[in-house]
Amino acid sequence: MLKIVNLTKIFNPGTINEKKALDNINLHLKEGDLVTIIGSNGAGKSTLMNAISGAIAVDKGKIYIDNIDVTSQPEYRRGKFIGRVFQDPMTGTAAEMTVEENLVLALKRGQKRTLRKSIKNPERVLFREQLKLLGLNLENDLRQKVGLLSGGQRQALTLLMATITKPKLLLLDEHIAALDPQIANLVMELTKQIVKTNRLTALMITHDLHQALAVGNRTIMMHKGRMLFELKGEERKRATVETLLGLFRKQREAEGRSFCFLA
Amino acid sequence: MEALLFLETVEQGLIYGIVVLGVYLSFRVLNYADLSVDGTLPLGAAVAASMIVAGYNPWIATLVATLAGGIGGLFTGYLHTKFRIDPLLTGILTMTGLYSVNLQVMGKANIPLLGYEVVFASPFGLRGEVFTLGLLLLIVSILVISIYKFLGTEIGVALRATGNNQRMITCLGVNTDNMKLLGLVISNAMVSLSGALICQYQGFADVGLGIGTIVGGLASLIIGEMLFSKDSIFRDLVSMVLGSIIFRLIIALVLWLGLPPAYLKLMTAFIVIICLTAPDIKAGVKFIKKRGNSYAENS
Ligand SMILES: Nc1ncnc2c1ncn2[C@@H]1O[C@H](COP(=O)(O)OP(=O)(O)OP(=O)(O)O)[C@@H](O)[C@H]1O
Ligand SMILES: [Mg+2]
Repeated sequence: MLKIVNLTKIFNPGTINEKKALDNINLHLKEGDLVTIIGSNGAGKSTLMNAISGAIAVDKGKIYIDNIDVTSQPEYRRGKFIGRVFQDPMTGTAAEMTVEENLVLALKRGQKRTLRKSIKNPERVLFREQLKLLGLNLENDLRQKVGLLSGGQRQALTLLMATITKPKLLLLDEHIAALDPQIANLVMELTKQIVKTNRLTALMITHDLHQALAVGNRTIMMHKGRMLFELKGEERKRATVETLLGLFRKQREAEGRSFCFLA
Repeated sequence: MEALLFLETVEQGLIYGIVVLGVYLSFRVLNYADLSVDGTLPLGAAVAASMIVAGYNPWIATLVATLAGGIGGLFTGYLHTKFRIDPLLTGILTMTGLYSVNLQVMGKANIPLLGYEVVFASPFGLRGEVFTLGLLLLIVSILVISIYKFLGTEIGVALRATGNNQRMITCLGVNTDNMKLLGLVISNAMVSLSGALICQYQGFADVGLGIGTIVGGLASLIIGEMLFSKDSIFRDLVSMVLGSIIFRLIIALVLWLGLPPAYLKLMTAFIVIICLTAPDIKAGVKFIKKRGNSYAENS
């Protein structure tokens, strides 16, 4: 489904601010995989998603989606088959437009936009039905401006917008990190449910190690632009948060030794 | 005498209202501070006047002038989308370049249209003022309704989203560059249409016609928003036209009170500065409006 080969991204090359944010990343996702990504701040997790979605250009390597090389496709073109939810609830919705307008923008993802009236009754019926599933009372006022909604409501709406057309790939970048615990749980449950019922392929970044193991079928740890390790199958089923921390410590120690060796 | 002055001012307000609709599209809908209108307004006048003098039908001349404005907008948008030049600068470049183009089109600094057939020439013995006002109301209404309908289409909502949250709409598969080009073409085409109508209305085209267009347009926009806007696009659009009329009335009033015309641009600039720097005014106006409404509801 998604294939990433030797992906490398260097910010500000040739300056004192040079930063290797992605260092030879290889990753292969099968249809229906839900992969959680963990790693400390600055590990390159968001950069990886930005590279996949086309928000940034990479320096080396290739990205394939369904065996099509998308490495040099502009972001808007990949937007036709990639859904995204960001950490900041403001990013994924248009504040000055109504709930139904936001939804119809998402509903037309991947289709040719025409001079037809964008919202008619069939769309409204669909939107009410879908919004009801969120359980946040958004279905009652489709003409409400999105800027008036709470962060949690906006994020749930963004999630619905990202998935309403069943994208080939769903990218979730700490999408519940900015929400209060109760609504965060709700959005997480919705995420699992939507991914499952639509059999989506997804990448999810999280700082919650427990959640990283509880959600999805694979877990990847990133550090300094590289993939440190991956857990899947039986090994992952047995793993606990302590396992993750242990593996991380072991890797860093190994790294530390190599630094000592070099010095 | 005063009644005629009032009528003429309202008519001017309607014609310039088309400029304000264009400015609303670029500044508000697209969130693009487009200054090219100072060049595309006289461009419309230059093209229309030259063609009318050359013997073309005034409607054809007006149409071609409108298209010319669209090309001006396309140029501005191209500078930004292709070369990533700052929006403000793209407008200044277009506006400056168009000054020479307009002179070239006109062949001289001023083209009088007296004695030529213009769109406002009233048919079937209708009284001139009645026909002019009716025609302007018709044109402005058609524009307001068309823009309103357009902003509700699939492309229209994508255009609005481009101005509201570019990152989001890119993620949803829309090429925002195309949206900006489209918005700027429509906006500047309307401004040129206004220019074509202005020269026919006042009976001459002048190369200096465009000076201060954007500031006057913004003043009208702000006045319209302060007094009439309310969470609805249709209402916003009507507000733009009303704002334009009120702005022209203010100008007519201060001239009538004896302000030397040379001070007009300064006054316009001050209106915009005051409106922009004193959010209290806006809040105040909103408050007055609300109070008025609740009184109305209570009684
Ligand atoms: N646009 C950019 N320009 C320059 N450097 C950048 C840019 N984006 C990211 N970086 C750098 O690349 C590195 C990786 O950043 P990234 O945002 O991918 O980290 P992350 O794993 O998502 O971290 P966090 O958990 O804090 O979100 C960081 O050192 C960051 O400073
Ligand atoms: Mg990040």
